Amino acid sequence: MSLVKTVPFQGTKEQEEKLLEMIRAHKGQKGALMPVLQQAQDIYGYLPIEVQKIISDEMEIPMEKIYGVATFYAQFALQPKGKYRISVCLGTACYVKGSGKIYEKLQEALQIQGGECTLDGKFSLEACRCVGACGLAPVMTINDEVYGRLVPDDIQGILEKYQ
Amino acid sequence: MRSLEELNAIRDKVKDHVGLRTESGQTKDGEVRAHVLVCAGTGCTSSNSLQIADKLEEELKAGGLDKEIHVVRTGCHGLCALGPIMIVYPEAVFYSMVTVDDVHEIVEEHLKNGRPVTRLVYDETITESGIKSMHETNFYKKQHRVALRNCGLINPEDIEEYIGRDGYQALAKVLKEMSPEDVVKCILDSGLRGRGGGGFPTGRKWQLAMGNRGNVQKYVCCNADEGDPGAFMDRSVLEGDPHVVFEAMAIAGYVIGANQGYIYVRAEYPIAVNRLNIALKQAREYGLLGKDIFGTGFDFDIDLRLGAGAFVCGEETALMTSIEGNRGEPHPRPPFPAVKGLWEKPTILNNVETYANIPQIILQGADWFASMGTEKSKGTKVFALGGKVKNVGLVEIPMGTTLREIVEEIGGGIPGGKKFKAAQTGGPSGGCISADNYDIPIDYDNLVAIGSMMGSGGLIVMDEETCMVDIAKFFLEFTVDESCGKCTPCRIGTTRLLELLNKITEGRATMEDLDKIEEIASYMKQNALCALGQTAANPVLSTLSNFRDEYIAHIQDKKCPAGVCKSLLSYTIDPEKCKGCTMCAKNCPAGAITGEKKKPHEIDPSKCVKCGVCMTKCKFDAIEKK
Repeated sequence: MSLVKTVPFQGTKEQEEKLLEMIRAHKGQKGALMPVLQQAQDIYGYLPIEVQKIISDEMEIPMEKIYGVATFYAQFALQPKGKYRISVCLGTACYVKGSGKIYEKLQEALQIQGGECTLDGKFSLEACRCVGACGLAPVMTINDEVYGRLVPDDIQGILEKYQ
Repeated sequence: MRSLEELNAIRDKVKDHVGLRTESGQTKDGEVRAHVLVCAGTGCTSSNSLQIADKLEEELKAGGLDKEIHVVRTGCHGLCALGPIMIVYPEAVFYSMVTVDDVHEIVEEHLKNGRPVTRLVYDETITESGIKSMHETNFYKKQHRVALRNCGLINPEDIEEYIGRDGYQALAKVLKEMSPEDVVKCILDSGLRGRGGGGFPTGRKWQLAMGNRGNVQKYVCCNADEGDPGAFMDRSVLEGDPHVVFEAMAIAGYVIGANQGYIYVRAEYPIAVNRLNIALKQAREYGLLGKDIFGTGFDFDIDLRLGAGAFVCGEETALMTSIEGNRGEPHPRPPFPAVKGLWEKPTILNNVETYANIPQIILQGADWFASMGTEKSKGTKVFALGGKVKNVGLVEIPMGTTLREIVEEIGGGIPGGKKFKAAQTGGPSGGCISADNYDIPIDYDNLVAIGSMMGSGGLIVMDEETCMVDIAKFFLEFTVDESCGKCTPCRIGTTRLLELLNKITEGRATMEDLDKIEEIASYMKQNALCALGQTAANPVLSTLSNFRDEYIAHIQDKKCPAGVCKSLLSYTIDPEKCKGCTMCAKNCPAGAITGEKKKPHEIDPSKCVKCGVCMTKCKFDAIEKK
């Protein structure tokens, strides 16, 4: 985790142009901050302080408010995530069917805690609450791929696909 | 859309088309002799249903059948446990767990030669006299679909299919024939109560926001931030029948005098967001949203706002604060949103399922709706049936159905011959119902009376392998995570409760701790700012009152009867059964198992991390967990 934290901001000119254009498109719209932050995260993959600053200047919203909103919602990430984002559903239906054990197994296999990213930047792991695929419980997602009806012994094989 | 005539013309044009898929017995849709419905809901697409649909179209085209057989990508059919699901109409043959490789056989055998592929047909539909329709299965026959009437039946990305099922007729009727007062009276008489949690009468809510029509800006909001983990009925409506929500919101807009609506939808539901966007575009193109709808001078439009993963935003004041672009923190009521809501303007907020009932109430009448359900809970309710039950999925049943009917008959019982222990309803604000109340008719008031609540309709079944203290802890972990932190009773109260529960599951608690739990819980109930804080202790209180023995076993005997709480477990090897095969020792990650080959092994409790690997590896059933 500590290594990842020091990953310097590497935004490109193109990303910044995209960001500015997107902010302009929301000008004058009521309550635009949330959609702007969501789309900024789509552009950069996360919301580094540098990006929050641009949004603050362009939208004339104080930094403290932007930071407050960005840290309030689980969806916003202030740290970059892994190339492969693993998300284990800990919703009730999955939990009752043993998703807790899947989550433990992943922490053990990747040697990271939930919310962290592996040192090579490849995998990040988090828990989520219900992706709505309760029929497949227990469920995890890796980026947009859904894996269902899991048992802990499946994990190693699935991770190997991404090595 | 300038007139009702235009709407009716579209309806009449597509009526036969969608009619082929209903139970009406209609068997012809012009040139088309069969429809193959493929579920494109979240559950089924997760197991490749879209690839199945593509392959199906490809095969039909190659075989020259694409003119007479249509493939329809629908919303959720409900029986998610058996996905991917495919239904062939007009016979309603129900295929389950289909794979891309099965498509060829289905096309050749069933669609070309009229011989359904028995191997892939849902086993319950196979009878001696042939294959019966899906509507005759236990899962479907007890259901009564009002809110879900179009889910799994129409293509949600085609507005004309919705119109073909009488879509937007209720809006037309309201705008042309009814005064706002008439509408409110109809909703009040129907007895519809909010389906999102609290169960407040919907008509009453609308009535409160009616004053000063035409003079002030007002808003209509839809709560689609389905946060209860394990509930997915709203997602299903949004994915399977998005227009019903628009139609109902427009009706609400007409009643209170609002011309702008917002749908606050979870960003975790990408398919739903996508379908909503497609549907919005179509509704505007057809003039069913926008200016001068049906030429009546009524304007109404809707915008989407994406939630960002905060459970508290399901609370109405927090949701509105979030739409305004702030941290989603609730604020005290009064003033209620009907007086001062979004941007301090009068606002009404209803949940997706509530809206989904409105057009049918308008078209079929208040009496029709009120004829279903119990005395104080009218209509039907959608439940997301999950956990330890065979038929995991969405069911819509009349209010007053018993838990036993839901679990045993519709749900198909508990797998593995295990015993029913409890059902959890109401999510993190609800409670656990024990087997003693298996026969209680489920409605708003009965659930509250037994210490739970309706909530949004998550219903998680638990068997004897579930530890009730662990479940209480699970919900507390959730509320600790999700407490917005604004008020102290919730922020500190949930944390202290979780600490006490941890003490219990780790075997460090005393009987006094149970009193402390009750004291903190009652303090939270009285003093927390919003409903989430006030109800956060419910999972603990209801398990404590229904399963007190289990708490006491943890505290006094230092045992977890269900064998879940790790700290209280010990693994031992039965020397009689152990053959000394060494499998356990080889697989133990902690090196806690020792012994000579072909002689009984032993576990060193001081090294054992209680992971249970030995138990899964032992072929002789020699490892015991106590």
